Amino acid sequence: MKAGIVSYGAYVPRYRITPTEIGRVWGVDGEGMGQGLNVICKSVPAPDEDTITISTEALRTALIRGAIDPQAIGAIYVGSESHPYAVKPTATVVAQAVGATPNLTAADFEFACKAGTAAIQTCLGMVGAEMIRYGVAIGTDTSQGAPGDALEYSASAGGAALVIGRDRVICRVNRTVSYTTDTPDFWRREGQKYPSHGGRFTGEPAYFRHVTECAKAMMDAVGASPKDYQHVVFHQPNGKFPQRVGRQLGFNDAQMRYGLVTPFIGNTYSGAALIGLANVLDHAGPGERILMVGYGSGAGSDGFDLETTTEIATFDRSFGRPVQEYLDQGVELPYAVYAKFRGKIHMGET
Amino acid sequence: MRDVAVLGVGQTKFGELWDRSFREIGIEAGLQALVDAKLSSADLGGLFLGNMASGSLIDQEHIAPLILDYAGLSGRHLPSVRVEGGGASGALALHQGYLAVASGLYDFVVVGGAEKLTDVPDATAAQITSSAADHEWEVVFGATLPALWALMARRHMHLFGTTREQLASVAVHAHAMGAKNPNAHYRNKLSLEQVMNAGPVAEPLGVFDCAPLSDGAAAVVLGPLETAREHTDTPIKIAASQVACDTLALQHRDDFTTLGSTVVAARRAFQRARRAPADVHVAEVHDAYTISALLALEDLGFVEKGAAGPAFASGRFGPGGTPTVNPSGGLKAQGQPFGAVGVAQVVELVRQLRGEAKERQVSGASLGLAHNVGGTGATSVVTLLERAN
Amino acid sequence: MSIARFWRETPRRYNLGGSKCGNCNTVYFPPRLVCPTCPQHRATIEKMVPFQLSGEGEVVSFTVVQDAAEGFEMQVPYVLALVRTVEGPVLTGQVVDVEPKDVAIGLKVKATFRKLREEGKAGVIHYGYKFTPAAAPASAAGPRGPVEPVRPTEATARDRAVA
Repeated sequence: MKAGIVSYGAYVPRYRITPTEIGRVWGVDGEGMGQGLNVICKSVPAPDEDTITISTEALRTALIRGAIDPQAIGAIYVGSESHPYAVKPTATVVAQAVGATPNLTAADFEFACKAGTAAIQTCLGMVGAEMIRYGVAIGTDTSQGAPGDALEYSASAGGAALVIGRDRVICRVNRTVSYTTDTPDFWRREGQKYPSHGGRFTGEPAYFRHVTECAKAMMDAVGASPKDYQHVVFHQPNGKFPQRVGRQLGFNDAQMRYGLVTPFIGNTYSGAALIGLANVLDHAGPGERILMVGYGSGAGSDGFDLETTTEIATFDRSFGRPVQEYLDQGVELPYAVYAKFRGKIHMGET
Repeated sequence: MRDVAVLGVGQTKFGELWDRSFREIGIEAGLQALVDAKLSSADLGGLFLGNMASGSLIDQEHIAPLILDYAGLSGRHLPSVRVEGGGASGALALHQGYLAVASGLYDFVVVGGAEKLTDVPDATAAQITSSAADHEWEVVFGATLPALWALMARRHMHLFGTTREQLASVAVHAHAMGAKNPNAHYRNKLSLEQVMNAGPVAEPLGVFDCAPLSDGAAAVVLGPLETAREHTDTPIKIAASQVACDTLALQHRDDFTTLGSTVVAARRAFQRARRAPADVHVAEVHDAYTISALLALEDLGFVEKGAAGPAFASGRFGPGGTPTVNPSGGLKAQGQPFGAVGVAQVVELVRQLRGEAKERQVSGASLGLAHNVGGTGATSVVTLLERAN
Repeated sequence: MSIARFWRETPRRYNLGGSKCGNCNTVYFPPRLVCPTCPQHRATIEKMVPFQLSGEGEVVSFTVVQDAAEGFEMQVPYVLALVRTVEGPVLTGQVVDVEPKDVAIGLKVKATFRKLREEGKAGVIHYGYKFTPAAAPASAAGPRGPVEPVRPTEATARDRAVA
């Protein structure tokens, strides 16, 4: 493919809450829950943060790192299942906030947790076809689990932006494939505040089947096997699923090391695979091969065969914060403040 | 230009006047002033009314003819004009009345100031009055009036070593004075500890560093000095009335611890009156916040820049001070009905200069200064009043 | 607040678009139509040109607001500051992602993009600039060389994660 990643940026809000603290409120063994999910803590957005602000921060970082003129951006697609508006695009605000307006196309994507990877594919097509010079694919969520629901122990906030272009590519996209079926494992109906899910049905027939089949199809398509990759990034609704699917496919812990970020920030939904990839790119040198497989409920997986180029050696990552800092640092909140920040407290009308 | 005198004064009680409407308090103060001036309404040339936000506070604009009407004067079709300049609306109205009489266009005018703040919830009143700051570039970003004054306070503390105690001493002083004023919103004394331990509003300012939101009205009658003795034994001459303005937003100023508008209005006023700060016996300064009073004393020229904190805390501006500051209790204790403040300051000074201020009388006072500020200092009005001999 | 009134200022509120006097080079934010500084005031009317602020600056003064402005109640206590940008203009804005006790005059900050307020549950959402401390946290200090992070054990990761 002619198109590849020319820059990237990630952003994770500052606040954290632990499964132990959540479990304390609901009378559940939160610590055990956290261990079961392999989630040590999850990120929480401040009251003034949402998918629009997180996407903007991530993209601003990417544009500065890559020294990219915002006016050269031809498309911005923001994938999320927590767009602040049901009707009115996230992408237009982001485009305005980074100075990319008005000569571009912009739209919001929704495909549960894989809307961000779907955005990448769209950008690859448009950039590859030379319809646009740069395309921006963003995956961000400020996801919510219903209070007390299992999802609450992992649903978090964060996002990453990838700039897709043809020149000065730091990470080539050799090939992308997808695997899509109608599988109702997780959904949110129009007007509902919190999503619903099929419990254990989200496992084997949903996440594992799609990720596994897509990963195999991806490797078959390029004639590769797990040993050909230095890094692998999976969608990571918790810290356990990606480790399990990785081992089943024949990847070892070293290959999964940088791509797995959920244990430290929780499940950022549309942001998860992209933040994992950003962390890999933070650490990768030239010539390292990466397999990324996203997953979105409903259901589908997008696979990417990626390879860093010599450009990454001189790529200036110094602006913005590396993903590792977001994994290492945060300010822990008690549940009551978390509930206030997330709008879980019913406020009186004024 | 001819000299102008204050011939009569009137004022309602300041405070939470639950049973009284805007029009009632406005008329009460005006009629008191007319009676005090022994003036027939047939002699009136017009009315100027200072008011900041009646449209937002009581859903009523076009209040100048309203007050004229309920004062029983509409049959004569007098001109009645509302004047707005945030918290300085009252003194701005006085300035307009002064110009009208000085020019010779009118002989006698009533200048009123009135505000009704308790007909909306406190939070709404705070939001409405914050529109005296720059809504688009300050308030939208989370600024409130106390927050903006707190930014000045913090800077003053940083540059000059002004202390929390010194700020608090301004509120203690105000309440001590207000205790002697039957019209005051607050007549209780406060201790330094009470002020310093009160809940925070915008640090370093706490609840007792802030003047209250009050209802109230005040009015004066102005006329030519040369015929003033037909109305009063003790005409009070307006020796100067000067207005100066600055940027609406605090952020656009070169200096965050000086109100340039106050400095210039004071300089022009003293020049006009051929007097100096040291000549002033009694001053009513705009102490909407404790820091406001400290900045005022510096910017008016009573102390050097940065020196007001220790000077105030040492009691220099108390009874018998040079000058005695805010014998009325100021905005802090007498109350803060925005549009009425500047007129009430003049009412108090007239009573002081006439020798009618009873237990709060500043003995021998013959020159008084009123200082009225809008917002964070975008408008300052300095008025010098002098007992005519 | 009316939609149009906020919307027309988005280039400024989102992106810190100011103006610069073509005569004396003084920078203004928000942009001005005429230069307040130049002695030849009137002559600058056609000479004000767009100028982009970087968003970097330092705290000139600050307050911790407890009695919130309308729409800011959920953020109490919040830090409001005067920030002098490196280009000159001073902006009034919140400093977020910081403990109030860690804010001081002279703190270096940079602009960030946040929600300013919502027009109720069903109305539009207003976005704009706020500030965050510019200094990277201690662990990020120093030039980024080849990094060899050690994957933390769960116990140490927990300590670090909530540090």
